[in-house]
Amino acid sequence: MNLREKLASGKFVVTCEVGPPKGVDVSDMQRSADGVRGKVDAVNITDQQSSVMRLGSLASCVLLKQWGFEPVFQVTCRDRNRIALQSDLLSAYVLGIENVLCLTGDYVTLGDHPEAKPVFDLDSVSLIDAARELEKGRDLAGKKLKGSPTFFLGACVSPEADLLDPQIIKMEKKVEAGAQFFQTQAVFDARRFADFISMVRHLNVPILAGVVVLRSAAMSRYMNEKAAGIRVPQGLIDEMDKAEDKSAKGVEIAVRTIAEVKGLCQGVHIMTIGMEKRISDIIDAAGL
Amino acid sequence: MKAITKQKTPAEIEKLLEKDLKVFLVGCGTCATMCRTGGKDEVLDMARKLADLGKTVTGSVVIPTVCDALDQQALAENAKAIEEADCILVMACAFGVQMMALYTDKPVYPVLDTLFMGQEMSPGVFSEVCVQCGECVLAWTGGICPLTACPKGLLNGACGGAKSGKCEVSAAKDCAWEIIYERLRQQGRLDNLKKRRLPRNFAAGLKPGTYLVE
Repeated sequence: MNLREKLASGKFVVTCEVGPPKGVDVSDMQRSADGVRGKVDAVNITDQQSSVMRLGSLASCVLLKQWGFEPVFQVTCRDRNRIALQSDLLSAYVLGIENVLCLTGDYVTLGDHPEAKPVFDLDSVSLIDAARELEKGRDLAGKKLKGSPTFFLGACVSPEADLLDPQIIKMEKKVEAGAQFFQTQAVFDARRFADFISMVRHLNVPILAGVVVLRSAAMSRYMNEKAAGIRVPQGLIDEMDKAEDKSAKGVEIAVRTIAEVKGLCQGVHIMTIGMEKRISDIIDAAGL
Repeated sequence: MKAITKQKTPAEIEKLLEKDLKVFLVGCGTCATMCRTGGKDEVLDMARKLADLGKTVTGSVVIPTVCDALDQQALAENAKAIEEADCILVMACAFGVQMMALYTDKPVYPVLDTLFMGQEMSPGVFSEVCVQCGECVLAWTGGICPLTACPKGLLNGACGGAKSGKCEVSAAKDCAWEIIYERLRQQGRLDNLKKRRLPRNFAAGLKPGTYLVE
């Protein structure tokens, strides 16, 4: 069963993310993926994460597929106009990649090429629209395609954003455009997440709760200050502060979060930010 | 709307004048004066700086609006000083520089970098107000331009990068879409945000812009 079929069957799915290397040595990426072999249902490949130039997401997805994983092709609107984005979607399909996570993308100045031209010709909503048009056998200009692709389209939402209502309005538009699953920004507060779920239940779309593994109290505070849509409760920061084995505590908190949200959503998306080795521990401890 | 400018650095200006000794200075009485980049005071200041660099300032003029046909007259009145100069340094927006280049055969150099079309929101604080996209969206965005105020120029709402109402690009900048949301909410017009918006038509703002009144 693939990701689409698993979600349709009601299986609680687990996805994680792997970042391509800056360069062509893919051994670390392969090791990260091997660490979760047989434990996750799909692996997201980030697209120039944080606007840092790296090996491409599509090439990495093909590698992951060759290595026996089911990839989720993350596509942002930062670096390509609608011609390149549509073309890359077609390319993904002929290379056997159907899962696509449609994102706006971080701004260029956040990364390592701050002087580059920011594109944002499409946005996360119109990118989903574009993929759906391709499925109907035509492109955004209305031109007919010779052979049309099919995709399993994902999108992102921040359940703990400061302002939830505009998040939900945009999420509704993504569903209307054709999003079939959501992988959320990090969830730390199960009660807030439950509120969010009750507000979007009418959309009837599978939601994979984002789980970010904490590394330290300092990292938690940093995320609270800088990372959009992330809110680490003070209680968790205190726990991390007091813990002697920070790594074990980070895993413990992630496992607890998974247990708390498990009944509310259709899966989890685990983001370890450079600690892919921990994913396996979390999945084992959470009994997924 | 005014052309908002900033002065190039002294090192950049020195580099511009690498091969030239004698300089004629042109300031502008409108936008550059408002920006304190090319008004009377700045032209006098530049003349002093150029003298310090060992350059000879053959003359200077502050034209009321350099982006205007009056330039020709101003140049004629200063013909002798201009003739003596190796080049003309223009302390006006890029349009002013282009106008000068039209009317003289001397090399014309910009002293200013033109940043954007904007307004002075409070003394000394300038903000961009329009990117001249060619298809105004202000009707449904509560009078706030997302193409200008959102660095990504998004049309379908906030990207999710804002933190405590501040843009991911700069903590000094409010998230345009949060302001648009709030404005529309107050007006009871949130329906405007629920519509899926088509991608921007870049052909509407094809460069160089030309327009013929029919």
